[in-house]
Amino acid sequence: MSAIDLVRLSKVYPGGVTALDGVELAIADGEFFALLGPSGCGKTTLLRTIAGLEEATGGAVLIGGDDVTALPPGRRDVAMVFQDYALFPHMTVTDNIAYPLRIRQVGGAERRAKAAGTAGELGLDALLERRPAQLSGGQQQRVALARAMACHPRAFLLDEPLSNLDARMRLEARTFLKRLQRELRITCVFVTHDQAEALALADRVAGMEDGRVRQVGTPAEVFRRPANTFVASFIGSTPMNLLEGEVREGGRVAVGPAEVPGGPGAGALAPGDPVVYGVRPEYLTYAGEPTGGAFSGEVTVVENLGSAQLVTLDGESGSIQVVVDEDTEVAPGTAAWAVPRPDRVLLYRDGALVP
Amino acid sequence: MSPRRFLAVIGRYTLICLLLAFFSLPLLWLAFAPFDRAPGVAASLPSFTLDNFRELLDNENALRSLRNSLVLAAGTGAIVVTLAALAAYALSRVRLPGRDALLYALLLLSSIVTGTAAMVPLFNLAYELDLIDSQLGVILVLSGGLLPSAVFILKDFTDATPRSYEESARVFGASPLQIVRHIVVPLIRPGLATIAVWSVAQVWGNFLIPFLLLRSPEKSPAAVVMYTFYTEGGQPDLALISTFSLLYSLPVVAMFLFVSSRYGFRFHGGIKH
Repeated sequence: MSAIDLVRLSKVYPGGVTALDGVELAIADGEFFALLGPSGCGKTTLLRTIAGLEEATGGAVLIGGDDVTALPPGRRDVAMVFQDYALFPHMTVTDNIAYPLRIRQVGGAERRAKAAGTAGELGLDALLERRPAQLSGGQQQRVALARAMACHPRAFLLDEPLSNLDARMRLEARTFLKRLQRELRITCVFVTHDQAEALALADRVAGMEDGRVRQVGTPAEVFRRPANTFVASFIGSTPMNLLEGEVREGGRVAVGPAEVPGGPGAGALAPGDPVVYGVRPEYLTYAGEPTGGAFSGEVTVVENLGSAQLVTLDGESGSIQVVVDEDTEVAPGTAAWAVPRPDRVLLYRDGALVP
Repeated sequence: MSPRRFLAVIGRYTLICLLLAFFSLPLLWLAFAPFDRAPGVAASLPSFTLDNFRELLDNENALRSLRNSLVLAAGTGAIVVTLAALAAYALSRVRLPGRDALLYALLLLSSIVTGTAAMVPLFNLAYELDLIDSQLGVILVLSGGLLPSAVFILKDFTDATPRSYEESARVFGASPLQIVRHIVVPLIRPGLATIAVWSVAQVWGNFLIPFLLLRSPEKSPAAVVMYTFYTEGGQPDLALISTFSLLYSLPVVAMFLFVSSRYGFRFHGGIKH
């Protein structure tokens, strides 16, 4: 059993900076869990508090049901992979992987054999005698993972595991990491500021802002129904359009001069209520002709995304981004319309999603 | 080339030659005088002999003093390297109010501790602690004088090692002393080598402190014993002095060469890598 439970966890630095503000999380045994947020949101502090490198000023950390809040990092039985991997530069790959066993006073021959075994599982056989400086970024990451695996911890903690790799390696390492976690069936918590990474890797994602968890859910949940405007603006490779509007009769919403369908949430609101109208660029249909129930504006920016293009419309309703098929010709300076898909429209009242 | 420029070049090289001669003549004397039948104070090509070395080997005081120097240098070096490494690591990792001011103050005062100004209080202190005529006393005083600079230099090395190495080891359960032994010491090894060589050289050449604190000639190091090499007539025994000087300087030169080939002396500390 190696579930991780965080109970009203707080961290206030001397000097009054609050890094964690009553974080409440339950991470299941064997789950791949992402802590996602912009820099300074407390996600790394949270990970380090689970590891024991930071002391919580309030609340508790439970690993596998045991309260480890007061234990030093070495007695929590977790392994951490740092952003820079922190491989010891003066040790060979074997010695690096065997280091946790050396601390546990496993004999030299036995720990080298075990290290070689772990290295073999990760395809590092040919590199055992090398030093970290002689390895590529991807290999260094594997050595760091092997070192973490060598002590058979109850949980893995990964700090920005992919950020030090170049773009191509990153995709490869992402798939590798996910497969490894599936095979080991180990509880794994990782920190990232990259929403695509979080959605791709994690079973569940916690969106964090200012030391608080703003939403916990599966990647599909946080992508489809972000619980608040913060998560809505943070998740998605193209940010969600969030526009000030007002509820009208018949489940419609007025955004500037445009009157558009209010989606499933509109029924719970009374006409005249102020809302934030949210719709992802992917869920808007581009039209070159005037259309009812659509935003209108002038095409100002066209960004090529490869298989699609991201078009920015500036109109009286505000600035709106639309993802347009690669085959559609879009010329800057022309008038255009964007039709929202009614079942994908989200309404936010006071920052929170209207269910 | 204009005549004017020609003269300028000649002038420059003459100046360099004079400077070179000024510094190399004593070294030439050191190289030649020990092998000379009748060494004088001038550097001259010797009429070759090894008699001076035989005479030196017969002189009990001389060889014993080199052993004493070795004891003092090794003892001080060990204390300085060990304590400076621990102090530098702690100071670079623990936030102390006024840490930098403390370091600078110690650095400033350290030159006084082993200097002439503190001679009387040092003697009194050693007397009260019953450390007069004890090699331990000399080692402790010299260590005290060298430690601030050593800590200051080593702190630059420990500052430059990333914390994530240590945090990584901590998560695996390493104790602070294990972290120092397994991670910090290997990473700052060039710094430790620099400090070791520097402190050994400092002790090897120090005259004042052992002269002050040691009474018996059989405990005195080479730098002090050399001072006693006179002939029966009260003249400095140049044969003995020159031979002994050569023998005295060789270990330090050898150590520099060894450490330099092993770690390479660079201007450590000034620039963060």
